[in-house]
Amino acid sequence: MTAWLIAPFLLPLAAGALLLFVERVAPRAQFAFGVAAVVALLAIDVRLLEHASAGQVDAYLLGNWPAPFGIALALDRLSALMLLLTAAIALPSLLYAGPRWAARAPHFHAFFQLQLAGLNGAFLTADLFNLFVCFELLLIASYALLLHGAGAKALGAGFRYVVVNLVASSLFLIAVSLLYGVAGTLNLADLAVKLPRVPAESLGLAQAACLLLLVVFAVKAAIVPLGFWLPAAYRNAPAPVAALFALMTKVGVYAILRVSSVLFGTEAGAFAELGREPLFAFGLVTIAVAAVGAWAARRLAGLAAMLVTMSAGTLVAAIALPGSAALPGAVFYLAHSAAIGAALFLVADAIADRRGELRDLLVAGPPPAHPALWALLFLALAAAIAGIPPLSGFVAKFTMLAGSVGAPGAPAFWSVVLATGLVATVALARAGSRIFWEATAPPPEARRLIPLEFAAIALLLAYAIAIVVLAAPVQRYAAATADQLARPQGYVEAVLATPPVPSPPRAGH
Amino acid sequence: MIELLLSSGIGVLTAGGVWLCLRRRTFDVVLGLTLLSYAVNLFIFAMGRVRVGALPILRPGAAPTLEHYTDPLPQALVLTAIVIGFAMTALLLALSLKGRFARGEDTCDDAPPPPEEYPR
Repeated sequence: MTAWLIAPFLLPLAAGALLLFVERVAPRAQFAFGVAAVVALLAIDVRLLEHASAGQVDAYLLGNWPAPFGIALALDRLSALMLLLTAAIALPSLLYAGPRWAARAPHFHAFFQLQLAGLNGAFLTADLFNLFVCFELLLIASYALLLHGAGAKALGAGFRYVVVNLVASSLFLIAVSLLYGVAGTLNLADLAVKLPRVPAESLGLAQAACLLLLVVFAVKAAIVPLGFWLPAAYRNAPAPVAALFALMTKVGVYAILRVSSVLFGTEAGAFAELGREPLFAFGLVTIAVAAVGAWAARRLAGLAAMLVTMSAGTLVAAIALPGSAALPGAVFYLAHSAAIGAALFLVADAIADRRGELRDLLVAGPPPAHPALWALLFLALAAAIAGIPPLSGFVAKFTMLAGSVGAPGAPAFWSVVLATGLVATVALARAGSRIFWEATAPPPEARRLIPLEFAAIALLLAYAIAIVVLAAPVQRYAAATADQLARPQGYVEAVLATPPVPSPPRAGH
Repeated sequence: MIELLLSSGIGVLTAGGVWLCLRRRTFDVVLGLTLLSYAVNLFIFAMGRVRVGALPILRPGAAPTLEHYTDPLPQALVLTAIVIGFAMTALLLALSLKGRFARGEDTCDDAPPPPEEYPR
């Protein structure tokens, strides 16, 4: 089973490389090939999740070098969940793009697979430098995906997105090399052992490096003073790409969660709970700023981008909530918000395609063709985001808030989450009534409903419903994940103690 | 002496890089990012400790401890960082060129530049 750990990284990498050939030989087969690769990835990820749910941590040694010297991959409950989430959202994104997208954007399918490889690698690696490499892999694919057939306006937004991420990468390298200079290792498990034993004279340097690491992850997660690149980049991205990008902020959140669990756990001495309070405060500020932005959004895609920022802020605040048990709720919310964020980008694009020249501008005009269908889908999504009972948002927010009861930061957390939830609801209601009710003209001629587009959105909504129907097992898994994160010793031991595979005896020496 | 030279070199490169990154034209920003990546690469290199005249490769006759060698790992890391940084700079240059031709100007923001600042 351990050998399968490398599969979620290798499969999209190989599929991406092969797709370049498929593009030359049989361009029409690209879509089927890409979907097949994602379905296979989904199957592997389900199997890995099943395996990880038993509670053990598996490590895979690349090149068969023992852990602190080589590069290790590790699979625990959180990694398995993130892998599954990635494949589960990649599938509808690809379905929505459909077979016609390949003609519109050259190499789209190859870049899509490379982005998946980068995401999966980031979720699996147990090595900080390898995390940097995976970040770069997923970013370079995302630059290409973002700028496919982009107009002049998107080019400007794309340029700023690239520059911000390159500066963040420079900071990442400084933090990583500083850590190496102080502790002599970059393996996360090894760092967890060595950081608390750093001599007193280099303690300040080590702490600065760790905080710099958190700053870099906060840029990726779009936390407020560092997150203003997100709205322009996301609202100008093509819809299938934006849907996949809803996962990219989650990579930053994942990295914060992983590093704070393994390196800044309660037993880490001078590093215990490092950066918790500022992260909590900035998380809350992010939620508030994103709520104001959602209110001010002029396009439906802009509203979706603000809501993605808002969910990233909620997650970071919940993770960093001082001394609380909001973590199971946060894991639950992570799964919910990724699916719903992706769905909102797709619905915004589908509405824009059916509304004539107004696209998804939030002004009174003709409603989209098939108004009842799209209004119903939009209503369901809005209810899920706002946290109205029957849908996943309610369960997610409830678990998070219920878990935080009694924590010192709980009053601030409760008031910000609940107040901004109301603001988001109003913003969504206003957007819906502008588009569907304030009709000044009849809907444009009904475009043929493309079954794949509808299937993609329905699939994402089905996730939101499945999360509610299966709330008990999902919640158990989330609680077990939080439990595993709270006790990082298992992760450290598993990575450091996994022996290299013995080489087979040579015949006839 | 070599330490002073190296650290002030990194400092000057970083300062120049940050200053250029904050400028308005895309070409300046690309140059700034290049300077920043030079500074970062030197910094990674320096994190393996500055040693003069020591090799990173095992040789016969010297015991395999860090007393006799320089740390090889930062050199491997810096190689990776150089390759990635190089690719990113190429991509960014292509991007800013495309932006220059698509929009007719090479500023980083969407607003047109004030005419007295950039005469054409």
